Parts: sequence; structure tokens; C-alpha cells
Amino acid sequence: VSRALAETVALLLLAATLAFAVVRPRGLPEAVAAVPAALLAVVLGVLPAHAALQELRDLGPTIGFLAAVLLLAELCDREGLFEAAGRRMAAAAHGRPVALLGLVFVVGSAVTAALSLDATVVLLTPVVFATAARLRLRPKPHVYACTHLANSASLLLPVSNLTNLLAFRASGLSFARFAVLMALPWLAAVAVEWLVLRRFFASDLVGRGELVADAPAGGAPRLAAAVLALTLVGFGLASVAGVDEAVVAALGAAALALPALRRGRVRPAELGRAVAVPFLVFVAALGVVVRAVSDAGLGPLVGRLLPAGGSPWSLLAVAALAAVLANLVNNLPAVLLLLPAAAAAGPGTVLAALVGVNVGPNLTYVGSLATLLWRRLLRERDAEPPVAEFLRLGVLTVPPALLAATLALWALP
Amino acid sequence: MTGAMRVLLWLVEGTWQGCVDAARPLLPSDAEVVLLHAAPGEVEEAADGALAGLLGRGRPGPGRHPAGRIGVLSEQAAAELLAAAEARLGRPARQEVRRGRVERLVVEEAQGADLLVAARDGDRSRLGPASLGQVTRFVVDHAPCAVLLVWSDQVPGLESIPPRHPPGHGQPPPPARH
Repeated sequence: VSRALAETVALLLLAATLAFAVVRPRGLPEAVAAVPAALLAVVLGVLPAHAALQELRDLGPTIGFLAAVLLLAELCDREGLFEAAGRRMAAAAHGRPVALLGLVFVVGSAVTAALSLDATVVLLTPVVFATAARLRLRPKPHVYACTHLANSASLLLPVSNLTNLLAFRASGLSFARFAVLMALPWLAAVAVEWLVLRRFFASDLVGRGELVADAPAGGAPRLAAAVLALTLVGFGLASVAGVDEAVVAALGAAALALPALRRGRVRPAELGRAVAVPFLVFVAALGVVVRAVSDAGLGPLVGRLLPAGGSPWSLLAVAALAAVLANLVNNLPAVLLLLPAAAAAGPGTVLAALVGVNVGPNLTYVGSLATLLWRRLLRERDAEPPVAEFLRLGVLTVPPALLAATLALWALP
Repeated sequence: MTGAMRVLLWLVEGTWQGCVDAARPLLPSDAEVVLLHAAPGEVEEAADGALAGLLGRGRPGPGRHPAGRIGVLSEQAAAELLAAAEARLGRPARQEVRRGRVERLVVEEAQGADLLVAARDGDRSRLGPASLGQVTRFVVDHAPCAVLLVWSDQVPGLESIPPRHPPGHGQPPPPARH
């Protein structure tokens, strides 16, 4: 196959994979298009079979790690960890809306960092809404805080975001080193979100709440909290001991799953659903399709575009480029495209790219321009949702958060 | 004015008690009272949008979708707030729960009312244009009836008015004496 043709075919396969994932015709899993696209890339000779297998081998441990983290978050939810966080927040806020927002920031940042942004979006956000409702406070600032922190607060640990998991191995950093380097950028991004949201929602953070409904009964989820804490410590020790972090995550998930299964609190089928096999297959297939795009010629182009060097300017340029790319196509393909070139440039460049792909999606609140346009198209006939406010909040938070987090990254070499 | 007075109380979390307390002594005994709670539709949209941003994760099963869970909780919370408001008002009132663009819904509901009772929101640390939030500002500007704007907590004293000549801007010329 000629080089130009291979490049075109690879790009078309990627576009089809992403378009299907955004549109999700008939609610079919995203893997339904991604797997045939990956196979076609090999069959059409765009990507040699050995390169595809190499990519799958590289992604394997990351996908296993992802599965374990998804399971861990689900089990923490079943143990009542999120409900307990809601109860604590309701009690500690004393009816004050700004205090509740502060607590949502603490809990949202911690949940995102420890259990990934998926946990914040799917499991924590409804609990935060319920907490605001229980205090009879306006829910909007608190729900928006969750959606923003799911992105901005996902900088800290390799487990906080799938983009981090993918970049973690490519960066060659240890788990602890990753966390140390990202601690300051994480704090900087969260601080910017706090300063902006606090002002943006000033007129919704008024009045005084009252504790109207009794919290749903439930004890302190000591087991879940202990297992989660031990798992996080285990991540740090794993690289020292030469153990794969995915093993630690799997042990943590098993420590919660086995007692829950024994006591009949969860059925095996439910655990199977929590692992989200179609999602894991999608990630693997997307990895192969993006590898085809990179190998067919886009890789060297990204390498030329990506500024090298550790100066604040080049780090900012990397973060900005990554943020733009993430907003165009979503941050998952963006990070897969950027990684080979970023990893070649060094860990600083990888982390700057992560700042861009993780914080950037807050600009278009649905993750990418493609998704935003599709959702608008769907709703044209319906009452159009008031998205202007989200976009305004995105414009106010993303550039300063990118700037602050990238400068924090540069400040701590 | 013919017939009974029609009064709309727009009730929002955090400030609703002030509205009810201000309206209670003013209402004629035969007034028709409507209690309105308008939930911003963008809260569910935010939760749904955040989920859409997670590429490849599919859709959560029934009862697990965050926006769906928020929708159910939201209706429940609105009904509870209006029930509490009716009890505090101490007289029967029609309860209206809406969801969408709050400022437009409130103005729509005020159509045909004689009086709209609303609470101030906004930044009350500096009283001025920003001490009325955007939504309340729109309602005050477009309400098709009289509006009673209520302080929901403490009424500010006259000392909240800034001095006519802030320090550092020179003293005003002394008034001319003849």
C-alpha cells in the first residue's frame, strides 16, 4: 500500500471509530465499530500484524489496571463509601453553601485522584446532588464542581484518569515519582477551579440550608476505606518492589469483592458488568487504530509539531496543543496520538501533555467539540439546553488552570 | 381589579423562607396563592454531558445513570420544598414544579398574576448592581406584574451605602455661603 493511501485509510478508520463512539447508533457499544476498524487496519496492510500485536501487548497491563480500578470504585460504592461521604459533607457544612462547596472540592478531588474521574462522574455526582438537596441548598454550583473536578483533579495519580494510565507506562516514571511531580500541578488546577467557581456562582451560594431529611442509614464503610487506603499505599510500594501496579489494584478489588460475594451483597454478574468488558475492548481496539494512524505518517508529524525541551514556554505549548487536540477529538485518542512523540521528548513533556488532555476537556463540557456538535444536532427540535453558561465557565477556568498547572509542573523538576 | 388577588411566590433553596415570611402578613384572605419552584435544567445536562465526555464507557444500566438519578432526586426535593413552604405559609396554595430555563419559566408563570414575590440573591457583600443575580435580574426586568423583592436574611442598614465622596478623592468644595 502506498504511504499516502495508507495514511488516508488509517485516518478514515480512526474517524469512523470516533464518530461511532460519539453517535452510538442504537446504543451499541463503542467496540462494535472499533474492533472491525482495528482488524481492517491490519487486513488492508495499513498496520503490520506484528505491530498491532505489539500494541496490544503494550496496552495489556494498562487495560488490566483499568479493569481493577473500575471494579474497586464500584465495590467502594456498594460498601457505601460515597453515601458516607455525602452524610459527612451534609453534617460538616452546617447549612452554609460555601462550606458545602469547599467540602465538595475536597471530596471530589480526592475521589477523582484515588478512584478515577469515572467514579466522580458516575458515582459521586448524584450523591453530591442528594447532599445539596438534603440541606435544601441550590445544587448547581456543587454539581458543576463535580463535573469540572472530574477533569481538573485527575492529574495527581496514574489511576486518576485513563489518559494517565496510558501515559504512565510510556513515561517510564514510578508511581510515586508520578504523584510527586503531579502534586503541585494538581493543587494548582484545583485552586484555579475554586477561585473561579466561587465567584462564578456567587449568586447561587446564598442563603442558609437546613438539614431537612435524615440521611439514609448506614455505618461507616470502614472496610472500603481501609482497603482503598492500603491499595493506594500499595501502588507506591509496588514499583519499589518490582510488582506491577495492576496486581495491587486487583488485590484491592478482590479484598472487597470476596466478602461482598460471600455475604451475597453483590452478584458475580454485577461484578462482571462493573469491569466493563466492552469498554476495555474499545480501548484496545482504539489503541491499534491510533497506532495505525501514527505509523502511517501522523506520528512523525506530531513529533515535529510537539515542542521539545523543558522551558516553561515549550511545556505550555505542549499543554495547549494537547488541550486543543483533546477538545477536537476527545482526550483518549488525543493522548494516544501524542504519547509516542511526547515519550521520546521525556517525562516532562508527557506530563505537560497530560495537563492539556486532562484539564482541556472542561472547555467543551461534554469532552469534545465533536460530541458537543452531535448533541446540539440531536436536540435541535427539543428545547435546546442552556449550554452557554457551561462554555463560559470553561473559557474562564481552562486557560488559567492550564497555565497554573503547567507552571507548577515546570517549577518542580 | 376584579376577582381575588393572584400572588406568585417564586421559591428557591436557601432563600425561600424569606419570601414566605414576607408574603404571609400581606396576603388578603381570599388571595389565590401559587408556590413555584423552578429547577435549572442545566444541572442534569451537566451530569449527562460529563458522562458523554467519557468516551467508550457506554451507558450505565437502568437506575445508574447520574442524570437520571439527579432527575428523580430533583423532583422529590422540589415537592418537599413546596410542601414545607405551604406549611410555613399556613394556608392552602397551588404548587407548581417546573424545570428548564429558570428566568423564563418564572416570567411565564407570572403572567396573569398581580404580584410576584421573589428573594434577592447575588453578592450581598457589596450592595450594587451585582447584588442581584442574573436570573433574578431577568425576572425583575421582565415580570409582567408588580414584584416584591425580599431580603431573605438580614436587612442591611443605611450604613451599607458608601459615602458620597470616598476617602482619597478629595473633599467636596464647601457649600457657598451668602
